[in-house]
Amino acid sequence: MNERQSNNLVVTIVTVTNLLVAFFISGIVIWSLGEDPWFALKTMLYGAFGYEEGLGYTLYYTTNFIFTGLAFAIGFHCGLFNIGAEGQAYIGGLAVGLLCLWLENWPLWMVFPLAVLVSIIFGGIWGAIPGYLKARHGSHEVVTTIMFNFIASVIMVYLLSHVLRPPKEMSPESRDFGERVWIPQMHEIFDWFGIEITQTPLNGTFFFALLCLLLVWRYVWYTSWGYELRTVGTNESAAIYAGISVSRNIILAMAICGGLSGFVGINEIMGSSHRIMLNFQAGIGFTGIAVSLIGRNHPLGILLASLLFGILYQGGAELSFEVQAIDRHMVVLIQGLVILFAGALENLFRPQIEQIVKHFAHRTL
Amino acid sequence: MWNDLILILDGTLRISVPFVLAAMGGIFAERSGVIDFGLEGKMLGGAFVAATVAHWTQSAWWGLLGSIGIGIIFSMMHGYACVTKRGNQVVSCVAINIFAMGLTVVLANAWFGMGGTTPQLPKEARFLPIELPFAESLRDVPILGKIYYELISGHNILVYIAFLTVPLTAWVVFKSSFGLRLRATGENPLAVDTTGISVTKIRYQALLLNGMLGGMSGAYLSTAHLGFFVKDMSAGKGYLALAAMIVGNWRPFYAMFACLFFSILFAVKDKPEISEILKDLVPVNLLDSLLEMSPYILTVVILAGFVGKAIAPKAIGQPFSKEN
Repeated sequence: MNERQSNNLVVTIVTVTNLLVAFFISGIVIWSLGEDPWFALKTMLYGAFGYEEGLGYTLYYTTNFIFTGLAFAIGFHCGLFNIGAEGQAYIGGLAVGLLCLWLENWPLWMVFPLAVLVSIIFGGIWGAIPGYLKARHGSHEVVTTIMFNFIASVIMVYLLSHVLRPPKEMSPESRDFGERVWIPQMHEIFDWFGIEITQTPLNGTFFFALLCLLLVWRYVWYTSWGYELRTVGTNESAAIYAGISVSRNIILAMAICGGLSGFVGINEIMGSSHRIMLNFQAGIGFTGIAVSLIGRNHPLGILLASLLFGILYQGGAELSFEVQAIDRHMVVLIQGLVILFAGALENLFRPQIEQIVKHFAHRTL
Repeated sequence: MWNDLILILDGTLRISVPFVLAAMGGIFAERSGVIDFGLEGKMLGGAFVAATVAHWTQSAWWGLLGSIGIGIIFSMMHGYACVTKRGNQVVSCVAINIFAMGLTVVLANAWFGMGGTTPQLPKEARFLPIELPFAESLRDVPILGKIYYELISGHNILVYIAFLTVPLTAWVVFKSSFGLRLRATGENPLAVDTTGISVTKIRYQALLLNGMLGGMSGAYLSTAHLGFFVKDMSAGKGYLALAAMIVGNWRPFYAMFACLFFSILFAVKDKPEISEILKDLVPVNLLDSLLEMSPYILTVVILAGFVGKAIAPKAIGQPFSKEN
């Protein structure tokens, strides 16, 4: 085994160990609530994979987490801690929804690229402002992006309850937009090929998410912009010395974060609810942090981690349905633990694991 | 008009309590060189535990003790991750905040089954307003009597405690020998280490105080202000406290004034009289939303340094190790 291989092995084992520790503690919480952790695990896995509908929901959630996971990762590579995906997704989604309400009679092939564009612009601006404040005024992005989440939330409550709500409706939602601009759902897509599957919110955006994974991977590791981004993130003084503009990269990175988060709106609004709703983004942005950290900020890792959290979300819903004592927020608790162990305490078990791997690596030589 | 002003200031005092307590907690942590974005989580955890313990024991004081306990548990988790294990401090804070968000709702639902809320506390299990001596009899004295009766008297004990922590924090940080070590640890840990004082120990001590104050700020929300716990009831207040602390240049009195300033905005929002005056200018619904987001916008503006320049402790956010 060469250096690189053994290093990759260590990283993988460390990540999996951290994840297991987080799950173990969550298991203790479930056990201390007087429930059986094994039963909980089985219920969750059944809920996520056991039947077609569950699997559909799992992949539907996965789609969201790919976007916000990537959004966090881009920032992280630039040395930023973007916890504003929540608000960026909200504003991006608003733009997508407004576009669809406006152009509801246009064909989808024309509206979809425009939707991508507006979610990039609006989500991007919502990310770029904190980026600008960080770059030019040094205000910490964690506080600013959180504040922008709250601001976005107030704006949306206002718009949905007073501006976009149809006059005779009670609930704070916009009206449904026309069917022409709905993104085809997975059962419709499968139907084109004559395969019949159960109807779920899973829709064509899933493929777009996979495309984004690929694009981010190319961008970060195979373009000069990506190289600049990583240089700023790894060593700011080196970047300045090399003539790379730190503030430009910070603002750009935050704008990309915002744009990627905005795509959540495409999946949620164009793909599933077909109207602008309150809190459609709830929790998805924060989950992105855990997804990216556990996926080690790499697209492949993010794909796997998104799937994991898709399972946790859908399985968690099943679990809270089966066992009244366990709330859906169990997933949020697990997220916190995952961020703690995969992020802040990532090197907790590393020395021991490195030793073991070295030991075995020598043997195989 | 004069009466309205006094009432708004009175509201401001009430609202500012969790900000003041949390900001003082933040000062201890950050002065020792440990970033604390986790005030939000401590506040939320403190609010939940205080409401729960107060409900079980029917005593607000046990609730307060419980909230201090959870605050310390969270700050020790933070300490273990960033001081002992030298992990990323910001990541650890965010982990604690999200963990607290999940834990409080999961436990609230498992124990009370009311959709993430705890039962309403009876009067005996809450911190109730205290009337200071002679408040009633001095009430009719012009100006001063009114100020004494409305503004100074008639708050619950936590309000007085919160405003006592400010001079206390100032004394500890700037006048005591612990404070000297604390500030030195935040500015130049290596120098502290060479004098034979343990940087780790100082940081843990600072975090202990930080956890206590952070937890207490939550207890105020659920056992004094509202009388029960609602999910996400801290609603960014921990971050606002942190921003107030930064604006206050990590100094207790300045931070307190920043907290009061934020609180005025919340107090104005709760006053229908103000809406009356402004409603000719802006539609009522829009005005409500604008007032609601104003503390957040203000935080952003202030943090960007449009109001004064903040100078952080030099070694903030950097883990300390003897080797380098």
